Amino acid sequence: MFASLTERLQTVFAAVRRETRLTPESVETALREIRLALLEADVNFKVVKAFIDRVRDRAVHRAVLESLTPAQQVVAIVRDELLTLLGDGPAGLTASRQRPQVVLLLGLQGAGKTTTTVKLARWLTGQGRHPLVVSTDVRRPAAIEQLGMLADEGGIRVHDPARDAAVVTRAAGAVEMARSMGFDVVLVDTAGRLHIDDDLMGELEALKTAVQPSDLLYVADAMTGQDAIKSAGEFNRRLGISGVVLTKMDGDARGGAALSVVSVVGVPVSFVGDGERLDDLQPFYADRLVSRMLGMGDVLSLVEKAEQVVSREDATRLEQKICGNDFTLQDMRDQLETVKRMGPIDRLVELIPGMGQMASRMPGEVDPHALVQTMAIIDSMTRRERVRYQVLDGSRRRRIARGSGTTVQDVNRMVKQFVEMRRMLKTVGAASRSRKKKGGRRRGIPMRPGVPVT
Amino acid sequence: MSFLERLRAGLRRTTDQLVGRFDRLDADPATRVGVGPAAATASLDTLDTLEEILIEADIGVSASRRLLDRVRDHTGDADLRSVVKHELRRLLEAPIPAPVRGGCPRVVLVVGVNGTGKTTTVGRLARLLALSGQQPVICAADTFRAAAVEQLQVWARRAEADFVRARPGADPAAVVFDAISAGKARGRDVVLVDTAGRVHTRTNLMSELDKIRRVAGRAVDGAPHETLLVLDATVGQNGLAQAQAFLEAVGVTGVVLTKLDGTAKGGIAVAITAELGVPIRYVGVGEQLDDLVPFSAAEYVEALFEPAW
Repeated sequence: MFASLTERLQTVFAAVRRETRLTPESVETALREIRLALLEADVNFKVVKAFIDRVRDRAVHRAVLESLTPAQQVVAIVRDELLTLLGDGPAGLTASRQRPQVVLLLGLQGAGKTTTTVKLARWLTGQGRHPLVVSTDVRRPAAIEQLGMLADEGGIRVHDPARDAAVVTRAAGAVEMARSMGFDVVLVDTAGRLHIDDDLMGELEALKTAVQPSDLLYVADAMTGQDAIKSAGEFNRRLGISGVVLTKMDGDARGGAALSVVSVVGVPVSFVGDGERLDDLQPFYADRLVSRMLGMGDVLSLVEKAEQVVSREDATRLEQKICGNDFTLQDMRDQLETVKRMGPIDRLVELIPGMGQMASRMPGEVDPHALVQTMAIIDSMTRRERVRYQVLDGSRRRRIARGSGTTVQDVNRMVKQFVEMRRMLKTVGAASRSRKKKGGRRRGIPMRPGVPVT
Repeated sequence: MSFLERLRAGLRRTTDQLVGRFDRLDADPATRVGVGPAAATASLDTLDTLEEILIEADIGVSASRRLLDRVRDHTGDADLRSVVKHELRRLLEAPIPAPVRGGCPRVVLVVGVNGTGKTTTVGRLARLLALSGQQPVICAADTFRAAAVEQLQVWARRAEADFVRARPGADPAAVVFDAISAGKARGRDVVLVDTAGRVHTRTNLMSELDKIRRVAGRAVDGAPHETLLVLDATVGQNGLAQAQAFLEAVGVTGVVLTKLDGTAKGGIAVAITAELGVPIRYVGVGEQLDDLVPFSAAEYVEALFEPAW
């Protein structure tokens, strides 16, 4: 099986870094590997060709080859060109003044338009907007019900005139309803269609004329292959796409289709969908994806994820506890709960610089079960035990092991870890106390309570 | 309209571009390849272009290489066209595993990532079975996606098949057990199980599939007798990773390639058959109930190169 783009590039660059001097030949070897990696990541072969040519032009330049750090220079060039390819267009929706702002979601069958519609509505709600969604998919069985059910689940209002089976009037009705009831965004879900289906593409053109959308989002499956540019190109030619939503990014497909679509259609990726929960939609940041591809980690995304689930008050309270050295097992349990809410732990690890490769090399090392087990052990403790771990004698530990379905060894290991952690936190707390005493500004990494310290 | 005609009609648009490029190649006098007397005339350019064509069809780098190597080593004096066709067909011909013996009803599990067309495929399979005189039961084990059950119910009605459903959020394995029991009680021949789409890297969801398998195996001997992986023809190299993951988790016995009526060629299926030995069993070539046809490597390759070849 082929390695992911990240791994391939890292292998290539590890090889390049070992060379003290680059020759045009060694650059060529690296380029061949990059070409393969990009092709296997489903970047369109024409795009790959152009990309490789551009990198080569810059890399075999004398200044690069003779510089003291040629390998790093090549990495920088690749990073640079990837960024150029992905464009630096703004993520999210266009800043339209239109009220209600109308957004059309288009794409092939099974790309994920309906799910994305509701996810996008949820995201907009988080931005303080008031979205209304409407389905115009009168073709696929139960598509309208699907949107309705998802919207209910996400607490989003739907416009669904039961008797109306006409695409244009359904959408126009939603815009009308939004206007009269004060919704400021209307998200229009459309039926999946092939880009070569002339009748259905005509239907979209009529829909566009009727509701005058400010945003036409092309929803594309991240796992799409070489065909991606054909379909996206045709949708763009007939309707004019304003942005791309890349779905199913939680798999191991590493966004090659994104590179192709963006470079061919010339519009930015606006959002990425990366999970099955309704909140699994993020604005797309090219630099973060490129950093991830090149194995530089994505600390910004990690911090943002933490901020989503940790309230300011919680963070302050925790910081006080750490400073006062009274971090308890109960606090640890709360922290683990927070981590769990941030998403699957193996995906969080991918975001940590340098950890991406490690995680894939040690399958099973990052064990989500360990988290659940630790929580179960704490859950089996009495309140007193959680506050004062010192009372945990042999008999209590045996009881806890039975109660949590673990062994005494598991309990011992967990307690030991906790004591270790407390010791570490004590030094952190002492350091920040002394800084506070001096009245100086806190420097260094602020405590991010959402990030596990163990 | 015969199956072959329908397949051809569905593939025609797919074909146009592929054939167009091959024809240009063919017009080049230096396109004869092989180690035979004609080998000397095979230019490197030709092979490069051929590689591009194959990669553009999503066949992938390594399977394309394999094909090119075979074309290059081809002995005998044949033109490029028939050599490529021949080798492509050879890559595609994987033996269809002998049907698992076991009790009745036979259980067919339909699996795949989200949005590939599992639900639609189940409806059409039911129709195919009904046409061949068998009585299928459709089991809606996708209890996760909103309105998946309702969607399948519409297909069941169209295919005139029995339908077993459960409450949303219910345990899919339990629904499968119920459906098999119902199938037994009513003396039906086949139970078609529609499962929820899942990205193949989600280990917990993959083990849920394994549980369905185990429960089905307890309900009737040898079940599931078949496990079909539904693949979207537009999928790229990730299709191979998908097939690998599902093969490991639940032992896929065949592939259903859907949405072949677009411009995508589904070439990754060639790689899947060549590298994993999993045969393609059915292809979806349109939006109608009858647009699912049994796959044949010979016909697929022929249709892919119609009408110019």
